[in-house]
Amino acid sequence: MPRYMLSVWEPAERARFGGYAGKEEMLQAFADTGAFNEKLEREGYFVFADGLEQATTATVVDGLGDEVVISDGPYAESKEFIGGFWVIEAPDLDVALRLAAEGSKACRGKVEVRPFQTEESFKALLES
Amino acid sequence: MTDAVVEEAITRAHREAWARVVGALARRFGDLDIAEESAAEAFAVAVERWPADGVPANPQAWLTMTANRKAIDRIRRESKRDDKQREAQMLSDHPADPLGVVDDDRLRLVFTCCHPALAPQARVALTLRLVAGLTVPEIAHAFLVRETTMAQRITRAKGKIKAARIPFRVPTQADLRDRLGAVLAVVYLVFNEGYLASGRDHDPVRVELTDEAIRLGRLLRTLLPDEGEVTGLLALMLLTDARRRARVSVTGELVTLDAQDRGAWDGALIAEGHALVRERLAAVARGGERPGRYQILAAINAVHTDAFDARDTDWSQVVALYDQLVVVDPSPVVRLNRAIAVAELDGPEVGLALVDRLGDALADYHAFHATRADLLRRLGRSAQSRAAYDRAIELAGNAAERAYLARRRDQLAR
Repeated sequence: MPRYMLSVWEPAERARFGGYAGKEEMLQAFADTGAFNEKLEREGYFVFADGLEQATTATVVDGLGDEVVISDGPYAESKEFIGGFWVIEAPDLDVALRLAAEGSKACRGKVEVRPFQTEESFKALLES
Repeated sequence: MTDAVVEEAITRAHREAWARVVGALARRFGDLDIAEESAAEAFAVAVERWPADGVPANPQAWLTMTANRKAIDRIRRESKRDDKQREAQMLSDHPADPLGVVDDDRLRLVFTCCHPALAPQARVALTLRLVAGLTVPEIAHAFLVRETTMAQRITRAKGKIKAARIPFRVPTQADLRDRLGAVLAVVYLVFNEGYLASGRDHDPVRVELTDEAIRLGRLLRTLLPDEGEVTGLLALMLLTDARRRARVSVTGELVTLDAQDRGAWDGALIAEGHALVRERLAAVARGGERPGRYQILAAINAVHTDAFDARDTDWSQVVALYDQLVVVDPSPVVRLNRAIAVAELDGPEVGLALVDRLGDALADYHAFHATRADLLRRLGRSAQSRAAYDRAIELAGNAAERAYLARRRDQLAR
C-alpha cells in the first residue's frame, strides 16, 4: 500500500498557546487531532504521527567535509516550517487528500501531502 | 487506395480514436507513459502500413490492438531486468471501477489529466497531449514556450501522477461536480487562449485552439450528457465561435459586437448553440438544478446572437442574466460585464458609476480601461477617455484589440 507523509506547516516561532486563538481553541485542536488519529488507526490508515518542537530548536549538521560542522537551524530560510506530521497508508492520492483535509481541519494547519518512495520507484532509480 | 484517401482515414482515426486508445491502455497498464508512447507508435505503424495494406475495416480496433502489442513489447523489454510485478500488471486487467458513475476510459483520462493536484498549466498541457492528441511541439507553439519546456512540463506531470498515485478513475458522484469544474476550466481556457490570443506576435484568433476546445467540449457532452454545465460550456463556445469571422476586420482590427457584420456569423453554429441553450432552459424549467456560470454565459450569448441588428438586442434580458451570474460568480470581471450591459439599458452614466467601483480590483485589466474609455467618450469627457484608452492599449495583449482601441482613441478630438 502506498505511503504518504502529511506534514503540517506553521510559522517559525509559535505564538502564545502554540499559535492557536486561545487556550480553549488549542485544547479543542488537540482533542480534534486525537480523534482524527484514532479514526486513522480504526480505519487502517495510520502508520505514525507526532508533533515537533518549534523550528527555532533545530540544529543543522553538515558531515560532508572532513570536519563535521554544526550550526543553529533550521536549515532552510523560510517563514513556515513543518510543525508535525502523519505517515499514512492509503490506496491512492484521492484518499490521501481526503484524509489530509480532515487532518487540516482537526489541527488547524495547512497540510502538505507527499508520497514516499516505493520499491518500484527505488528500483527505477537503481536502473537509471 | 490513393494516398489522399489513406491520409484522410489516418487523420480521422487520430481525431476519433486517439483518446480511446490512450485511455484503454492507461486503464489496462496503469501507466500513462506506456499508454501515450504505445498509442503514438501504433499511429506511426498505421502511417507506414495502411497505404500498402489498405485501411482496416475497424481502424480503432486495429489501433488499439497494435498499441496493446507495442505496450506489451515495451513491458517485456523492461521486465527482463525487472521483477515479476510488471508482468503481473500486464496480465491482470484493472477491475472495472465500481465507484465510477460512468464507465469510459476517455472520461477517466480527462479527469486524471485535470486532477486538482496538478498545476493548472500542467492540466492544460496533459489534456491537449493525452486527450486531444496534439504533439508536444504543437502544444509548445500554442502556449509560446520552448518545446523542451513543454516536454518537461508534461513529463513532470506524468511523473507526479505515477509517484503520488493519482488514480485513473472517474470521481464518485459526491466529488464529480468539483472535479468537473476543473475539467471545464481547462477546456474554456484553451478556447479563450484561441479566441482572444494573448501573445503579441500571434494571429488575433487561433483556430487550432478554438477548434480543439470545441472538440473537447463535444466529447465531454457525449460522455456526460446530463451535466448542465457541460452542455452550457459547449453552447457558450459554439455561440462565441459562430461570430469568429466577423470579429476581426480585413485590416486586422477587432470589431466589437455592436459593429459586427451579422451576416458573416455562422448560422449553423448559432442554431446548434441555441438548441443546447433551449435544452438547458427546459431542464431547469422541469425543476432541474439552477444553472451554473457556463449555462448563464451561454444564455447571454444566445440573447446576443438572437438579434439580427445590434439595436434589437434585448438588454433587459442580458442584465437579468448577469444578475444571475453575479450570484454564482461575484468576481470583478463578471461585475464589469454586467456594468457594460447596464450602460446599454440605463445609459453610460449609470454604467460608469458601476465600473468606477471596480477600479481597485481591475486596475491592471485592459478591458476595465477600455470599458471606461468607451463610456467616458459617450459622456463627452474626451480627455479622461483618451487617458483611459492609453492605459487600455498599454495593457492589451491582443494585436487586433490594440488596433481597435488606438483607432477609437484617435477619433477623439484634441
